[in-house]
Amino acid sequence: MDSSVATPPAQKGPPAAPVQQSPRKKAVEGSATWQLSDRIGLAICWALGLLFCAIAVAIAVYLFLQGIKYLKPSMLFTPASAGFNQAESGGFSDAFIGTLIVAVMGISLALPAGVGIAVWLVEYGRPAALARIAESTIESIAGIPSIVLALFGTVIFSSTALGFLSRTSEGIVFGRSFFAASAMLSLVALPLVVASTREGLNAIPQHVREASYAVGKTKIATVRRILLPTARPQVATGAMLGLGRIIGDTAIIVVLLGATQNFAPVGSAFPLNYLRGAGTTLTNFVYEASPTGNLNQPQKAYAAAFVLLLMVLALNAAVDIVHRRARKAGTWSH
Amino acid sequence: MDERYLPEEGPKWSDQRAERLLGALVCAVVGLLLALIVTVFVRAWPSFAHNGLAWLGSGGDIEEQLNQIYLSGLEGANYVYTFHAWPLIWSTLLITGGAVLLGLFCSLFVSVFIVEFAPERMRDVLQPVVRFLASVPSVIYGLLGVLVIVPFIGNHLVTEPQKASVAGVISLSGYSLLAAVLILTVMIAPLMISIFSDGLRSVRPGWLEGSLALGVNRWRTTWKIAVRSARPAIVAGTVLAVARAIGEAVMLAMVSGSVAFAPNPADGLIFIYEPSRPLAPTIVKNIDSLGSAPSNATLFAIAAFLLFSAALFSLAGWMARRAMRKYGATA
Amino acid sequence: MESLIPVPPPIRRLPLEQTPPAQEVAPPAGAGKDGNGAQPASGGFTAARRSIGAPQFSIRRMEIDDVSVSYADREAVKSVSMPVRQGEVLSLIGPSGCGKTTLLRSLNRLTELTRTATLSGRILLDDVDIRLIEPTLLRRRVTMVFQQPNPFPMSVFDNIAYVLREQGSRRVRRKTLEPKVHSALQRAGLFEEVKDNLDHPALRLSGGQQQRLCIARALAAEPEVLLLDEPCSALDPQSTQVIEDLIVKLRDDVAVVIVTHNLQQAYRIADHVAFMYLGELVEYASATALFGSPREPRTQEYVSGAFG
Repeated sequence: MDSSVATPPAQKGPPAAPVQQSPRKKAVEGSATWQLSDRIGLAICWALGLLFCAIAVAIAVYLFLQGIKYLKPSMLFTPASAGFNQAESGGFSDAFIGTLIVAVMGISLALPAGVGIAVWLVEYGRPAALARIAESTIESIAGIPSIVLALFGTVIFSSTALGFLSRTSEGIVFGRSFFAASAMLSLVALPLVVASTREGLNAIPQHVREASYAVGKTKIATVRRILLPTARPQVATGAMLGLGRIIGDTAIIVVLLGATQNFAPVGSAFPLNYLRGAGTTLTNFVYEASPTGNLNQPQKAYAAAFVLLLMVLALNAAVDIVHRRARKAGTWSH
Repeated sequence: MDERYLPEEGPKWSDQRAERLLGALVCAVVGLLLALIVTVFVRAWPSFAHNGLAWLGSGGDIEEQLNQIYLSGLEGANYVYTFHAWPLIWSTLLITGGAVLLGLFCSLFVSVFIVEFAPERMRDVLQPVVRFLASVPSVIYGLLGVLVIVPFIGNHLVTEPQKASVAGVISLSGYSLLAAVLILTVMIAPLMISIFSDGLRSVRPGWLEGSLALGVNRWRTTWKIAVRSARPAIVAGTVLAVARAIGEAVMLAMVSGSVAFAPNPADGLIFIYEPSRPLAPTIVKNIDSLGSAPSNATLFAIAAFLLFSAALFSLAGWMARRAMRKYGATA
Repeated sequence: MESLIPVPPPIRRLPLEQTPPAQEVAPPAGAGKDGNGAQPASGGFTAARRSIGAPQFSIRRMEIDDVSVSYADREAVKSVSMPVRQGEVLSLIGPSGCGKTTLLRSLNRLTELTRTATLSGRILLDDVDIRLIEPTLLRRRVTMVFQQPNPFPMSVFDNIAYVLREQGSRRVRRKTLEPKVHSALQRAGLFEEVKDNLDHPALRLSGGQQQRLCIARALAAEPEVLLLDEPCSALDPQSTQVIEDLIVKLRDDVAVVIVTHNLQQAYRIADHVAFMYLGELVEYASATALFGSPREPRTQEYVSGAFG
């Protein structure tokens, strides 16, 4: 079987060369097989990657420096006041508190609604047509520009039926208040909460539910007692992502909260009087304080922007921590 | 339904009740969306009715027209609705198109880099960077734009002769198409990068291994196989980016200056330095005129147009993805 | 040789000490046809060999020299040496986890895709250490077909043209590529079936056709060695038969190394067989020798079905 009788077909490949010693350096992918266009492509990858890093660093560093320069802790606690000199025009405490108010109100609407919708989509979902419509609806809401949501909000909250949620004078409902802004902002956060909660619920394998039904629990009890607590990290993530979007939004605030720098409470019933009134948030403050707005106080704009950025970064960090802890806790064995 | 339970020991909440309640919630949200669409179009109707197709056309100065509309509304009768939105539409096309094209190019390369070619440490840096850029609020982008980019362009990039050449029409002070496109690209790129990366990671590993085992180098394998099979994700990411770009109001309001102008490519390359005011920021800039009825209609008309365009793009994207299923790329 | 009277044999396990010597025994039913047949009744097959005769010649193309492969701390392959020759089919057999796939993958440096893999020893291709050859170039000379057919999401033509197009930088015209694509399809025995549908998506082909497409693709690179990793395990018996015929026909042009867990298949098509167990090369011999009169006791047990 070894000695050749017939001639073998033409052999491709190099002729026998002396056996080489073990190499000290291994040949890796590179010169011979990468054409010039491939290498230019890789260079572009590196260039763009580094460029994006540079942009992010530049943004962060610049805001940090400007913020440190102009931010005084008193600004968080002093309301804005009129004054030519920026250093004497007070701070933006109303804006800061305003951000906190819309954040709390917005998420307290978005979270229950979002979790409820997600539970319905995952656990119930009948009829199927409604489920598909609901999914498209949530996706669409995510894609609607917030300025359009704001315009819609003006229609809703200017109606006399909802006049109690804002100021009414001479029969005309003003339509701008924390209630109005928070309601529309909850729509901004809703898709994020729904998506995240759905992910969390879908990750739970079916046998967990079946075990619960097998001991006689209803579906809703299973959801409340077992599934939602298990999906808590994802629900929290969704809530925090939604919060990030809420506190970063400006269009809805500008339209539905009124272009003031301070609180403008309506009536005397605390705290409702503040919530019914107009006000401002950090985003609105930055907008107004920039050359585009009415105040033209760039220094305070930087200070407020810095505080806003810190809040957003803190939320991001919280999301990271939740993710890491959830990963450490382990996954299901399917 | 719950025959397991004896009547006196039923659960606190029956499944039927819960399902009905949650179903009602879902219906309410769906109803809300429908109400939004209907309201916007109903409120917009007077403006469309009075202008017809000329609404999309050009002719006249936007600022002038908006002013007329507003004033006529204060009088209470004889409303004026004349509005030709083409300069705004053209600006939107330029800015959105420019940002999405530039962003698509950058995001493709960056996501390929992140998924395939970046060394471990570079990846650990890039991913938080992308998440950071995605979470910066748009008003902060606008602030940096108006306080840093715009002066830079106005003082250092635009030359005096260039300013003089268009001095009669518009002043090139830095509020420009260039600033808007650059900043908007940075805003929408993270969204595209994360969706593209997910798409690239979910390619069938058998294909990648198979291609490498045939002697095709990593670069070609990634581009010809992974990127090709991730095309549905690329389309999805691009569509979302377009929707985001069309709807961006605040940042563009801060960077587009005080005049509603549409850049004119006939001016040559300078047109990137000309200011541009797209549709969404126009609403923000004119929000104070909501009280006047015809202004109200006009602003809603702009919003209706935005909704319609975003919906059109989503539809186009969905159809493109269906066509891609033919060759087996998973959607 | 023709197949004898088909009588289904009783399945019995042989205890270690009582292994009978190799003898001429009636083959299990369908051994010549069924790719996934039952265990043989005793330690020796004389089933029909689907072969066009003994190989005419053999040229040593690759040399595996004392190769060990480890993944992190686990040794997958321990000190294996054997030659790979053009003109014959080399089959690697052994139970699951014995390292045969790892060894196969080390022949075209595919093990390097796993970060924790380390390789010691030498593998020579035409007397050149493969570590000195750029991996991409090596993989054009030593191509591989995988267990799961993995045609790319393109047309049939593009699947094969892909290999040819991505070797250079200039756009190659379709006219130039057509003859090469056709010849690759002909060598894989697929041309007749797809010649009218070359532009249809490759994923619409049946499983057997897809695998033959993958073989055609591997041949389009005009390799010197063709590696096959259990190519028929996901296929039905008819496709398996077609592919086995094809493999035997290819052995004159390329050195063929096939990993299979199916002993009948190895018996049908292999000229040399290497039996591996727990990473070690237990026995390397010609097929008739290894199946007929294996030297090592463990080979005897495996071949007779005592374990698997």
